Amino acid sequence: MERRDFLKRTGPAVALAAVAGSTGLVFHNRETTRRRTVFAKSTDFEVPADPSLPILTSATNPDPVAALNAALDGIGGIGRFVHAGERVVVKPNVGWDRTPAQGANTNPELVSEMVRLCLGAGVAEVIVTDVSCNDPRRSFLRSGIREAGEAAGARVMLPRAEDFVEVDLGGKVLRQWQVLRHFIETDRLINMPIVKQHSLTRSTVGMKNLYGILGGRRNRLHQEIDQSIVDLASFVRPTLTVVDATRVLVSGGPQGGSLDDVVIENTVMCSTDQVAADARAVEFLGLTGQQVGHIVLAAQSGLGTLDFRNAGFKEIA
Amino acid sequence: MTIQTVRNLRRTSQVVFFLIFFWLILKTSFEVDLSPAEASDIRLPYPVSIALELDPLAALMTLLASGTLYKGLLWSLVIVIPTIFMGRFFCGWICPLGSLNHWLSAFKSERKSRRGKKLLDSNRYKPYQRIKYYILFFCLGAALLGSLQAGLLDPLPLLARSIGTAVLPTLHTAALALAAATRDTGIGPLAAVGQGLYDVLAATLLPFRQAHFHGVVLMGAVFGLILLMNRVYTRFWCRGICPLGALLGVFSRWAIFGLHKDDKACSGCNKCLLACQGADNPEGGTQWRQAECHMCLNCQAACPEGALQFKFFPAKVSTKTNPAGTAKVDISRRKLVASVIGGVAAVPLFRSGDAHEVNRSPLVIRPPGSLDEEAFLSRCIRCGQCMRVCPNNALHPTLLESGIEGLWTPFLIAQIGYCEPTCTLCGQVCPTGAIEELTFAQKVGDEQTPPMRIGTAFFDRGRCLPWAMATPCIVCEEWCPTSPKAIYLQEEVVLDREGREVTVQRPHVDPALCTGCGACEYACPVFDRKAVYVTSVGESRSEENQILLERQV
Repeated sequence: MERRDFLKRTGPAVALAAVAGSTGLVFHNRETTRRRTVFAKSTDFEVPADPSLPILTSATNPDPVAALNAALDGIGGIGRFVHAGERVVVKPNVGWDRTPAQGANTNPELVSEMVRLCLGAGVAEVIVTDVSCNDPRRSFLRSGIREAGEAAGARVMLPRAEDFVEVDLGGKVLRQWQVLRHFIETDRLINMPIVKQHSLTRSTVGMKNLYGILGGRRNRLHQEIDQSIVDLASFVRPTLTVVDATRVLVSGGPQGGSLDDVVIENTVMCSTDQVAADARAVEFLGLTGQQVGHIVLAAQSGLGTLDFRNAGFKEIA
Repeated sequence: MTIQTVRNLRRTSQVVFFLIFFWLILKTSFEVDLSPAEASDIRLPYPVSIALELDPLAALMTLLASGTLYKGLLWSLVIVIPTIFMGRFFCGWICPLGSLNHWLSAFKSERKSRRGKKLLDSNRYKPYQRIKYYILFFCLGAALLGSLQAGLLDPLPLLARSIGTAVLPTLHTAALALAAATRDTGIGPLAAVGQGLYDVLAATLLPFRQAHFHGVVLMGAVFGLILLMNRVYTRFWCRGICPLGALLGVFSRWAIFGLHKDDKACSGCNKCLLACQGADNPEGGTQWRQAECHMCLNCQAACPEGALQFKFFPAKVSTKTNPAGTAKVDISRRKLVASVIGGVAAVPLFRSGDAHEVNRSPLVIRPPGSLDEEAFLSRCIRCGQCMRVCPNNALHPTLLESGIEGLWTPFLIAQIGYCEPTCTLCGQVCPTGAIEELTFAQKVGDEQTPPMRIGTAFFDRGRCLPWAMATPCIVCEEWCPTSPKAIYLQEEVVLDREGREVTVQRPHVDPALCTGCGACEYACPVFDRKAVYVTSVGESRSEENQILLERQV
């Protein structure tokens, strides 16, 4: 056999063998852990404290819109919290496939009024969103919040699987977790919880409502619920907490269902102090802040004050 | 009107009906922009089940098996009555699976070589075309004893479930994977293309969230095989397998519209045969078969001599060179009877096993409003529309959970999704009433009526955090949707490993209140095998499958 012939006939086989061999060597024991992009950004949406104003206002009025406006005016008005050109996220509780009367989700009238007030202050856009427990399509529809938000001019965003980003929350038990993008990519956050009974935490108001920014398997958080709520409240500092106590779910929470469990209180509270807001709100459930583990832990962690009555509390009839 | 115009009309009709069918399946879904008239009862805005209600096979078989023609199935007369006079126009003009087969047959890779003898030969009438009649009469026999098997091969439910539970979810997975893969490359424009493609699909075809269905590979494989067979034989499915085509063939027994052949004009060029969809012998010198013809009119359009003509009252007289067409189906009475007997015999065989009566699977949790198992199996055509419309991806096609007899009927897998307490969509879209249409009050219950129950929850105390691990967790109770909650908590002081006292709230189920919705199982944090799970016992639809003495069914 000629040399040339030999090379011609063995060439392709040798080349393929070389490719196979080098592929094996190059990829041998290669690390294949997938890259996880971890998002880190300040989520402190607070405005500067103003000692001349109360930290917590509470207004009672059969008209929820009037109650909201009264409580908000008492704490400095909308202009103190949102400004022209800012992006604002309003986070009501839209956890469940329940009607407004059942008191499991935030009163839609309050949500639409809040959106209107923000837009009236000249903000760039208002997003209304929440990570529901039940199917978000049904929850946003039946709660009336989708309609209320859109009618007032907000973008109502139902969370999709691809809208979550991996975030380092830097807490004691809450570290890397899935967070809905909209809560990171905003300038102001208005937390709008409703007051409900809860079997593990006794109450769910403002800080517990922040669970709704998380995706992933958040049902594991109940094992360290007090610490995880405090971790969350330390990570996200809302600009303003607006507590809906127009209807209070005193038992059967947090999902409710029976109108017998709902007590009409016609009250709306506004607060710049998450702990104070929750401590006042749990009184509607016959509790004090001292009796609620996560509220006590939050106060100890320096997130706010339990003793709101001496720190600037204004009640408006 | 020339024959070309009529043929173009047929092509248009095929496209239009296919698109309508596809659109109806897309709309069999809980959409984000629904606005209900009243908040308590969310209803779909379109009568999406119309696509399946037009199906004469589903109508006949459910009528035989259940003794009643459910609601919209009366629409099937719109197809049946014209077929009696005109033949199988449905197959050539309307059937969406038939059209799909038609189009795919035209794209044979070896179509050039098939223009010749091979295609001619494969388009001649063949004995395998009798299989569809055997299938039809087998299903008929089974239906006589109350087992509805026709749905497995009925083209409309078959296409509906294939698109809804196999094709669209596969597309969804693929689109998401492509978007993720392009994003991971880190190349901006490429990522934008991947994401853009996904966004377009999400806005047009894909549901709000990715659905995952149980054992759907088999369903996809069957569908793929049906499509692939068109490469071997033109419309193999329609010619050989389809029991709906067979039924319509039987119904055309006394049709007054058909093919008239002028054998004197025929030059024997066989151009008609090359274009034939049904393999029904359009060419001169052979006996035309009414029961096989799809009424596509290709033969008439292909004939250069004008020897073929579809008309009312075609000649029935045989000439020396050309036998007259026949409306009889090519299956002997003996084989017909044998097929029926086979179907009749299959039912006791299905049911003599343990799965149907004595050892029913606890996993078979039927959708809310489902009839009792026997009645359910006499109606379910396995169209999969309940699975598609379920907003929580809770309903899945069975494989062997409800026996061979119940293949691809719906059951609930609470670990994937639970039954939304106030939702009644599955009963709204069920075309045959296997799942009854419930009102809001029937679903959730009120003072007079108990809520619709589909099963009962149980705790696996060896896996439950407060029971086994001295760890607090009340997620099941939190999610329990009944009022008062069926899951209740009892506070107990337990010792942890170090001997310290820990107060936990241990969950219990009150079977008198539990509806079996599975929300607890879905939400339970013990991820792989849940510490609380639902089985079918206690379901409203069954008299025997109960725990409590006093439960009202």
